[in-house]
Amino acid sequence: MPSSISQDVAKAGTFKPQRSFADEIYRHVREPFPWLIVIFTAVVGLAPVVMDDVSLRESLLLAAVYVTLASNLNLMIGYAEYVNFGNIVFFGLGGYIGVYLATSWHVNLVLSVLAGGVCVSALAYLFGRGILGLRGAFFALATIGVNEAIHAFVTNFEPWGGATGIYLSMDAYEPLGGPMSGLWFCYYLLVLVMGLSLLLSYAIKTSKFGLGILAIGQNEDAAAVLGVPTPRYKAIIYAISGFLPAVAGGLYFFKSGIIEPNGAFDLTTSIEAIVMIMLGGAGTITGPVIGAFLYEELRGFLLFSETFSHLQLVLAGALLLIIVLFVPGGLLGWLRARLPWLRKWLQ
Amino acid sequence: MIGILASVVDGVLVGAVYGLAAMGLTLIWGVMNVINLSHGAIIVLGMFVVYFLTGATGVSAYVGIPVVVVVGFVAGIIIYWMSVNRVIGRPILMSLLATFSLNMIIIGLATAAWTTSPYNVPVSLPGITVQNYTFTGTHIMAAIIAGAIAGILYLFLHYTRPGKAIRAVASNRDAAELNGIPTRQVLAMAFGLGVALACVSGALIATLFPFTVLSGGAYQLKSFVVTVLGGLGNPAGALLGGIALGMVEGLATPFTPVSWTPIIEFGLFVLTLIAFPRGIFAFTKA
Amino acid sequence: MTALLQAINLSRRFGGVQAVSELTFTVNQGEILGLIGPNGAGKSTVFNLLNGVIAPDTGQIIFDGKDITGLPPYTVARHGIARAHQIMQPLLGLSVLENCMVGACFGRENMNLADAREAAREVAQSVGLGDRINALAGSLTTAGKKRLEMARALSAHPKLLLLDEVLAGLNPTEIEHMIETIRGIRKGGITILMIEHVMRAIMSLSDRIVVINLGKRLAEGTPREIAENPEVITAYLGDSKLLATAEEGAP
Ligand SMILES: Nc1ncnc2c1ncn2[C@@H]1O[C@H](COP(=O)(O)OP(=O)(O)OP(=O)(O)O)[C@@H](O)[C@H]1O
Ligand SMILES: [Mg+2]
Repeated sequence: MPSSISQDVAKAGTFKPQRSFADEIYRHVREPFPWLIVIFTAVVGLAPVVMDDVSLRESLLLAAVYVTLASNLNLMIGYAEYVNFGNIVFFGLGGYIGVYLATSWHVNLVLSVLAGGVCVSALAYLFGRGILGLRGAFFALATIGVNEAIHAFVTNFEPWGGATGIYLSMDAYEPLGGPMSGLWFCYYLLVLVMGLSLLLSYAIKTSKFGLGILAIGQNEDAAAVLGVPTPRYKAIIYAISGFLPAVAGGLYFFKSGIIEPNGAFDLTTSIEAIVMIMLGGAGTITGPVIGAFLYEELRGFLLFSETFSHLQLVLAGALLLIIVLFVPGGLLGWLRARLPWLRKWLQ
Repeated sequence: MIGILASVVDGVLVGAVYGLAAMGLTLIWGVMNVINLSHGAIIVLGMFVVYFLTGATGVSAYVGIPVVVVVGFVAGIIIYWMSVNRVIGRPILMSLLATFSLNMIIIGLATAAWTTSPYNVPVSLPGITVQNYTFTGTHIMAAIIAGAIAGILYLFLHYTRPGKAIRAVASNRDAAELNGIPTRQVLAMAFGLGVALACVSGALIATLFPFTVLSGGAYQLKSFVVTVLGGLGNPAGALLGGIALGMVEGLATPFTPVSWTPIIEFGLFVLTLIAFPRGIFAFTKA
Repeated sequence: MTALLQAINLSRRFGGVQAVSELTFTVNQGEILGLIGPNGAGKSTVFNLLNGVIAPDTGQIIFDGKDITGLPPYTVARHGIARAHQIMQPLLGLSVLENCMVGACFGRENMNLADAREAAREVAQSVGLGDRINALAGSLTTAGKKRLEMARALSAHPKLLLLDEVLAGLNPTEIEHMIETIRGIRKGGITILMIEHVMRAIMSLSDRIVVINLGKRLAEGTPREIAENPEVITAYLGDSKLLATAEEGAP
């Protein structure tokens, strides 16, 4: 027995497997999960058209924004386990850049919001190399500081309208064929961004880069000893986690017709995204989606109910406290632990 | 010139109160490695306690301070057992979220009860006039009280049995446990103390400026800045950090529009975090 | 015999403690070099210096002909040094296989995910974790976690493997098993530098042994020379078992 072990070990040291790139792609296409994401996105995108329901579109639009925020924040909180309280800064800054380019410079909307995403990611990368050296709570505090500093800066930045922000005139929607079709256009794009966010979460989780990020989340020092280039990887995931929220910000505020600092850099929305992640299950792909939809439902219920409208914040807080204290894995963590057969479908 | 100097001195006075607020935050952080995100809400609680106390009894706000301490301490102990105890030693996200959810609960209840309209606690104290600049009496009084409380805290932590127990638990919880110190009770007491400090600072702030249910957020952020300047878990550093922040604000006021102050503060905050993650005044660590 | 790793004049101080002091030694290609010394002698610190977790105050580290002094740990790993920690550091929330895949992906060969999966499975099987491959690392026993430390390091297909007390806390059967595994690794062509307190094991496994005390090199030689060295015996406070175990274990 012992000698066979030593032979195995000797062999293992020299093993050189071969796999083609096509095999890799095939492996993903064969999986059910990415298809689930595609179908889900298509259903959300088409539901308001098929049902011919504008109010459904409005609530799904908000849900798409929430899913985008929560899902991308989950890359930091759930995968890399870095607590980012200021993730809303991506959304706000991307919104400002996108809206500014589209209105003041009359750049095509899609190009504008993409430019917002690229700028925000680039800034996040540079910044990330600085503040990601901070661990744990220090990083969390720094992200609050960054959001507040940029919030204060934009409030004073006259080209972007200072404290009053930027109002869009009806003309802004002309290139999209008027306000009506403009709204639909923004809706489709936001749903697309939501779908891309989920596919991104999936792609990262099943990639080598993602393995490195998960390793960082588990134990950063051990990951570095194993060869994961931690500073670079952290800055990259931080930058990635900013891209789609920034794009969504551009679309959302363009659609809203107004962007102002208090709405764009609202820390509460940041925290709400964390609540959604925790509700659904941090570190999973489906979790933030479930969390976002549940949270939106709940909030709608609380806002419109007679008894609870004043206590909305209290109930949301109590809910969060209960999750944190008793169900830290969120709904998905709880389900996956009890129903193992679900794991393939609820990643 | 005298105007700038006066502005800086006034900044120092107000900064001492920021320092007191931050002391509550840094004590909890240093002892149990929990960042109390309900800190701002608790500051607001202190504001309202003193508001209703003076309103109902007609006593001076300063006489009400001991009551605020007791209320804060009890509230802190309740909060500890309700939401903090279970997250001690768990990933940092958990304690951040547990205390944040408390923040939501407190703010939500307070808004339902008192709305978000502004309140103020009327206090009349004669100021001190130097040349033709008057230092407000309430600012001077608040700084004196903040300094006195900081001194009492120092004596408590260094020369009393419970204070020593807190420091022992802060420096090594396992060793303290082995030596028969009931660590959970000590943590609860430290949390109560931290909350009491936050409440008192809230009460003092209420004598300086008008406030609303939502004012806590700004003071909580200031406390973070101060804590980072002063070094984590370091009450003496917090006082220095608070005074430093007050000075910066005082210096900035004559030169920049008020709306720029947050940019300066948070710029300072992030830069300090990156350059001196252990705090600028960390050398004074007790 | 060619040198794979040369540590030249390494020193490192922590506040008042001179943890490593002007230490020089060489690890030859293909050998098992033992690094021993009393508790707190600075052995783990030497490993930290070698793989870049801590930068040396002075001194130089040459690995495979390249100067790797002061490089960050992930770059050192890429050069082909892998390490099993004294205090086990499993990635608790990942499976055994994924733990090993991290080693394979980011180690010397920079494998892609699919290759890494195969390599990791192979290694996990070879160290006896084959049936626990999909278990979470957090659910392993102490012995299992020790094996995982080793498997993870090995998955990187390193040139040099640093083993920090991988036998500590194991029962005699498990030790026997682990010793066989280590022999097997060397047979596979991997050079090993190992820290160990279990004398019988280190005496029988090592080709040469370096002894350090208070961060300084005390002696160097074959296991037999070390066991008979009076200075070494004093450093171990007259551990009389040292000699006996050395004779019993010597090949
Ligand atoms: N990061 C550090 N900071 C401060 N001191 C340290 C650090 N690492 C090690 N030391 C000190 O350096 C000395 C050597 O420690 P080291 O862990 O290298 O010993 P060791 O030989 O591995 O001991 P053991 O056999 O117990 O594992 C000890 O006094 C230790 O306290
Ligand atoms: Mg050691």
